[in-house]
Amino acid sequence: MIDDTANALQLTGVTKEHPGSPPVSALRSVTVTIRTGEFVAIAGPSGSGKSTMLAIAGTLERPTAGRVRVAGLAVDSLPDHALSGVRAARIGFVFQQFFLIPGLTAVENVATGLLYRGVPARQRRQAAADALAEVGLADRAGHRPAELSGGECQRVAIARALVGRPAVILADEPTGSLDSATSAGILGLLAELNRRGATILVVTHNPEIAEAAGRVIRLRDGRIEHDSGPA
Amino acid sequence: MKGGKRRRPAGGEPRRPASRLRPADIGPVAVLGLASRPVRAALSAVGVALGIATMVAVLGISSSSRAQLVAQIDALGTNLLTVAPGRSFGGQDVTLPAQAPAMVARIGPVLGASAVGDVNAQVYRNNRISPANTNAIAVYSAGTGLLRTLQGQLARGAFLDAATERYPAVVLGTDAAAALGVDRADGMVQVWLGNRWFSVIGIMRPLPLAPELNRTALIGYPVAERLLHASAAPVEIYVRTDPANVDAVATVLAATADPAAPQNVSVDDPITALTARADATAAFQGLFLALGAVALLVGGIGIANVMVIAVLERRGEIGLRRALGARRLHMAVQFATEATLLAGCGGVAGAILGGFTTTVYASSRHWDAVVPVPVLLAAAGIALLVGAVAGLYPALRAARLVPAEALRLS
Repeated sequence: MIDDTANALQLTGVTKEHPGSPPVSALRSVTVTIRTGEFVAIAGPSGSGKSTMLAIAGTLERPTAGRVRVAGLAVDSLPDHALSGVRAARIGFVFQQFFLIPGLTAVENVATGLLYRGVPARQRRQAAADALAEVGLADRAGHRPAELSGGECQRVAIARALVGRPAVILADEPTGSLDSATSAGILGLLAELNRRGATILVVTHNPEIAEAAGRVIRLRDGRIEHDSGPA
Repeated sequence: MKGGKRRRPAGGEPRRPASRLRPADIGPVAVLGLASRPVRAALSAVGVALGIATMVAVLGISSSSRAQLVAQIDALGTNLLTVAPGRSFGGQDVTLPAQAPAMVARIGPVLGASAVGDVNAQVYRNNRISPANTNAIAVYSAGTGLLRTLQGQLARGAFLDAATERYPAVVLGTDAAAALGVDRADGMVQVWLGNRWFSVIGIMRPLPLAPELNRTALIGYPVAERLLHASAAPVEIYVRTDPANVDAVATVLAATADPAAPQNVSVDDPITALTARADATAAFQGLFLALGAVALLVGGIGIANVMVIAVLERRGEIGLRRALGARRLHMAVQFATEATLLAGCGGVAGAILGGFTTTVYASSRHWDAVVPVPVLLAAAGIALLVGAVAGLYPALRAARLVPAEALRLS
């Protein structure tokens, strides 16, 4: 009954070792499947391998061993340029530091989410305006990052991840730079986007996110310590 | 979340999505990168701008000078020939027959011929100057038609005429007048010539076709013969011909001037000498062009340097773009385009600066400013090439950055 395409992400026996003597194992044989429509939190102490797992799931890093499928597509053996294509079309990223481009307005920053998909500028802008409205920032479209609050910046970044309608949104500590009230707002937004159908995987220290997520995976020393399982 | 939309090839893996950057987006992305640090961008383009400005100015000024020369030659006419005694087969100096000017003037297409002859005398400002201080001024006898034949002009006074050629009157070339310190030609100033006082009746402007006469004192042949015992043999005959028959005249000049020994006669075309002189000054261009090339090289290194720093500073942006789906190639293209654009802007600024310099220099010399279009196109091309080469290494650095490291995810 499990169809590949119903799985947004599939990690099978994923191991990541960083070379050295002795080599450091960031992930040890992690197997996990994220189904389309899930809201999953990856929790765990610092150094437990959360960010490495996110980087491998996002095809930003290659595992030392194991298999990765993104939206049903096996990415292990793909050349670098094909991985770029997978990221452009199937994955949306949200980072703790926002990584907005200072010289661009909010709507232009969101539009960069479609830049590497070959979408013409006019359509990018239209889709960006729609995505910005979805995160509640339609009235801030013309503002540059310096004119926005931290919470607004993160909403812009979420809109940028969302604009290409990816198979999965990967968020790395999205509330890590925000105060608790603003964090709650971002958390509410992620939950709302998930209710509307977005698949979201969040790496977090924030226990509130972990509570809000439908599923929590706890990592320790590169292994899955606990997985609450699909909701 | 839109899983149902994905198409699958029958029985295989899902379709592999491709990363694509539209060509129309490359420019705006590069401009954005440069615009984020406008002062730095401007400063790093200065080197290329100076190099290009030097090259454009050097080529522009020499083109203007050449254009000026061509205009000058056109104004002077290309129909002047000179006849001078050459050397005999044995190497001895020879002289032309005294009747040579008259015989040359009788050739059909010759419009006018005028000679200068050697006078064994020196000229001094006054009779108290040491005889050794000759100022290297030669004294010649000259026919009254000389100035007209050369299409020369007088700065002051009058040229020798049928009256003054018989009396102690002298016309000075422009350099001779300057060397003697004479700036009046109203007959009231006298110079000590051949142990006699000669009145200065005229000062010539520079003679472009006979620069050898600029440092001479010219007196009439009758007075030279009478007072200074000058020989009647001409040392140079200036011949103005019908423009259509210059070559024909040139071929018969030697035989006409000295029918007994035509091989001893040297016939010359001053225009050729003038053009050769212009080519000689063009040789200086090489030095200045090399200086411009050095500036360009330094400018290129400056751009490479700034772009390497930009790659280090913008690791986050590079990581982000890779996460958004940019390929390595896209990152390389972005940074190479930024470098090329930077150098291109420098090149445009340099071309404008060089054109401006040319205009200012040319107008200060009363020339028409000429900046050849091929020079401008070449300048733009060279600037872009410098930028592309300078951007190569930073582009590779940007392409090689590991996205996860750039984003500090690992």
